[in-house]
Amino acid sequence: MTWLQDHLGDVLGLTVRHIYLAGVPLILGLLIALPLGWLARRFRGLYPILIVGTSLLYTIPSLALFIMLPFLLGTQILDPTNVIVAMTIYTVALLVRTVADGLGAVPEAVNQSATAMGYKRGRRFMSVELPLAVPVISAGLRVAAVSNVSIVSVAALIGVAQLGSLFTDGFNRAFMEPIIVGVISCVLLALLFDGVIIGVTRLATPWQRAGKASS
Amino acid sequence: MINRIFAWLTDGAHWQGSEGILRRLVEHLGYSLTAVIIAALIAIPLGLYIGHTGRGRVFVVNLAGAARAIPSLGLLFIAVLWLGPKFSGDIAFLAPAGLVLVVLAIPPILSGAYAGVEGVEPDARDAARGMGMRGPEVLRHVELPCALPLIMSGIRSATLQVIATATIAAVVGLGGLGRFLIDGLAVRDTPQTASGALLVALLALAVDMVLALVQRFVVSRGLTGRYRTVQTFDSDAGVTPPAPALQHSA
Repeated sequence: MTWLQDHLGDVLGLTVRHIYLAGVPLILGLLIALPLGWLARRFRGLYPILIVGTSLLYTIPSLALFIMLPFLLGTQILDPTNVIVAMTIYTVALLVRTVADGLGAVPEAVNQSATAMGYKRGRRFMSVELPLAVPVISAGLRVAAVSNVSIVSVAALIGVAQLGSLFTDGFNRAFMEPIIVGVISCVLLALLFDGVIIGVTRLATPWQRAGKASS
Repeated sequence: MINRIFAWLTDGAHWQGSEGILRRLVEHLGYSLTAVIIAALIAIPLGLYIGHTGRGRVFVVNLAGAARAIPSLGLLFIAVLWLGPKFSGDIAFLAPAGLVLVVLAIPPILSGAYAGVEGVEPDARDAARGMGMRGPEVLRHVELPCALPLIMSGIRSATLQVIATATIAAVVGLGGLGRFLIDGLAVRDTPQTASGALLVALLALAVDMVLALVQRFVVSRGLTGRYRTVQTFDSDAGVTPPAPALQHSA
């Protein structure tokens, strides 16, 4: 493990870049998926179109998407923006369905009660439907977070630095230690993302704990 | 640029020969199909067994999550550096890369098969027992058909994963369409790289559509009809990436 001791600074720097490249798309993806999921729920005809459309995007292999985006966006191939946009596309593809289904799982009686209490559509969405859909959305977000962390490492092949650079670096020198350090760092990072989402979900859904404590 | 990509793709010379598009396409499909079939032969029986008996469910649920966290590129390099020297010739990278493809394809199919059997309505299972079916018969005539939508979802997400990873595996010397991307990047041949990316994306789309059609035909109509009317979040109509659906039912 002397390699790790000598290169701790580099590994930390790559970890920070990795957090940025995998984390920002999670937030952007969620912000885009929320209105799309709502639309899919509100207008039934849109549901299959949005779900099929986003799942088609999800089929594109990551390396192919990283390479094609510069042509569509007019960016340079080494520009990290390509990775951010690609990961945002994958996040949206996973989350639109989750958001739509999460909103759909809110019991109709709850929605009707809220309406009867005088909630207008917009306020009902923000303070009743969305909070109740949080556990489902959070489950989808956890899947997206973990797979984002692992997919981002592929970007090392197009020269965008992050933990995946340890893989290409180690492989080119037939040196196992950086690769193993990279894999372990990726898994730890995925666990960290997962933990943060679980934590935020707990804070956002206090009624779930209240229900558990009393039963 | 679009014109140069178009010119590259329509150049007949790029389609033929041992390094042509057609040959690479067949290689890519060959690796992917072989890996998915081997993975399915291992994962479907195991998933059905675990779903049927309930033994080892914690293992399956955790395996699916853990597998998603492991970066395939790192796994690929470790396998080649570790196993490569034990073989000689082409096998030195074919065997480790193939192994990684199979290993990556197992968790989605396994959790699909498990979640499919797990999600069978207890009433249907009880009715089958009431009709005098024994355990294996219940599995074959009731649980397996009911689990098919999720098994197919698992196979589809495994296939996409394998096609994507086979593309990356060109970096360790595997053939397939990934060659155009990796070689193109190495010599900065942009039209070749971009054409390769386009071909891989089209291949993934086409394969997923074929599997969607297969799913339509193999899944009993009694099931698809019911899934269409009951729109709860854990239902699976089958046209979507299955990861969240699996997560919910697990």
